[in-house]
Amino acid sequence: MRTLRWIIGLILFVGLLILNLTVEMSTLLRVLNPLIISCFLCLWRIGIGPTPADRVVGIDILGILIIGFCGIFAVFTKYDFFIDIAIAWALQSFISTIALAKFLEGRAFDE
Amino acid sequence: MSETIGLVFIITGLAFDFLGCLGLVRLPDLYNRLQASTKCVTFGTCGIMVGIFIMNGFTGMGIKALLCAVFLLLTAPVSAHAIARAAHIAGFKLWEKSVCDKYQEDKGKG
Amino acid sequence: MKSRILSFILSLIAWLILTWSVDWQHLLIGLLASIFVSWAVGDLFTENPWKFKDPKRYLWAVYYIIILIWEMIKANLDVAYRVVHPGIPIKPGIVKVRTKLKSDAALTYLANSITLTPGTFTIDIDKENGFLYIHWINVVSEDIDKATEVIVQKFERILEKIFE
Repeated sequence: MRTLRWIIGLILFVGLLILNLTVEMSTLLRVLNPLIISCFLCLWRIGIGPTPADRVVGIDILGILIIGFCGIFAVFTKYDFFIDIAIAWALQSFISTIALAKFLEGRAFDE
Repeated sequence: MSETIGLVFIITGLAFDFLGCLGLVRLPDLYNRLQASTKCVTFGTCGIMVGIFIMNGFTGMGIKALLCAVFLLLTAPVSAHAIARAAHIAGFKLWEKSVCDKYQEDKGKG
Repeated sequence: MKSRILSFILSLIAWLILTWSVDWQHLLIGLLASIFVSWAVGDLFTENPWKFKDPKRYLWAVYYIIILIWEMIKANLDVAYRVVHPGIPIKPGIVKVRTKLKSDAALTYLANSITLTPGTFTIDIDKENGFLYIHWINVVSEDIDKATEVIVQKFERILEKIFE
């Protein structure tokens, strides 16, 4: 059963890779597609996560992926304010994760 | 030339991002998921930032990208550590096939 | 006081890198912001400022960064192999290791570099007795001395030269 699922996943992955390389579109979209799929995998984990801690991990990783998004937008559209957004997002996502972890531990925010 | 090298770095980073998120879905318990996703996604996003730095050189954008990578390297392990410690204190169990849990033993004693 | 001056200089350098252009308006705002930062939290920055004078520490820091990048590449290939393998070959567990480092900065960097290197991940630090609790994705040995030798020592001897 597990081997079957692995093979289905491999076929899906190779199919999506070939589609990404052959279908007519701009370089920005070609580079962005893997990140969008990664974000959907994160959202899947946030949706089904059996414990609250799994959901917190998903939110943390989603924040780091968005930094990658901002970087790629900046380099392909030549607007360098996207990098400023990425730096601000890195610091803000760190603080929000610390707050969520504290909440998970069962302490108040001002302790 | 520098465009090509930068693009290679960006594509490597994207591959590691994808593998990290795959680990987030496939691995069996919270701590293993945290391992795979934190390492691979941090390294992948740093790879994207270094690629931007190589493509742009010492301009405003390149230096800011490098600074962003440094911030990420400093903050991502700390937040992962905070989540893991909070989850262990809140009592989320390890995977049932885990070998040993010294932290639980020491907490029980003290 | 020395701690405040050091934090002022470092925040000014960070500001200059962040704006990446030198004219008087940027410099003025940067000076005001750095003075505010060093007034507000400068005394928390470091406890022994004399450590910043020694040039040998900076050379060791460069060596440490090179080692860290190499270990990160190894770590990511290792984790990627475990994730794509159909059987998921993991054997997780939490082990306890010993460390000789005492200062806060050294312990923080040790924990961060353990998190970024192959298969290991810091969960908690016991500062009084010098123990680290580490989640290991593929437990080689549960013994405290063997685990210390495998996980901690390659970073400990470099960080000792930088921070102690």
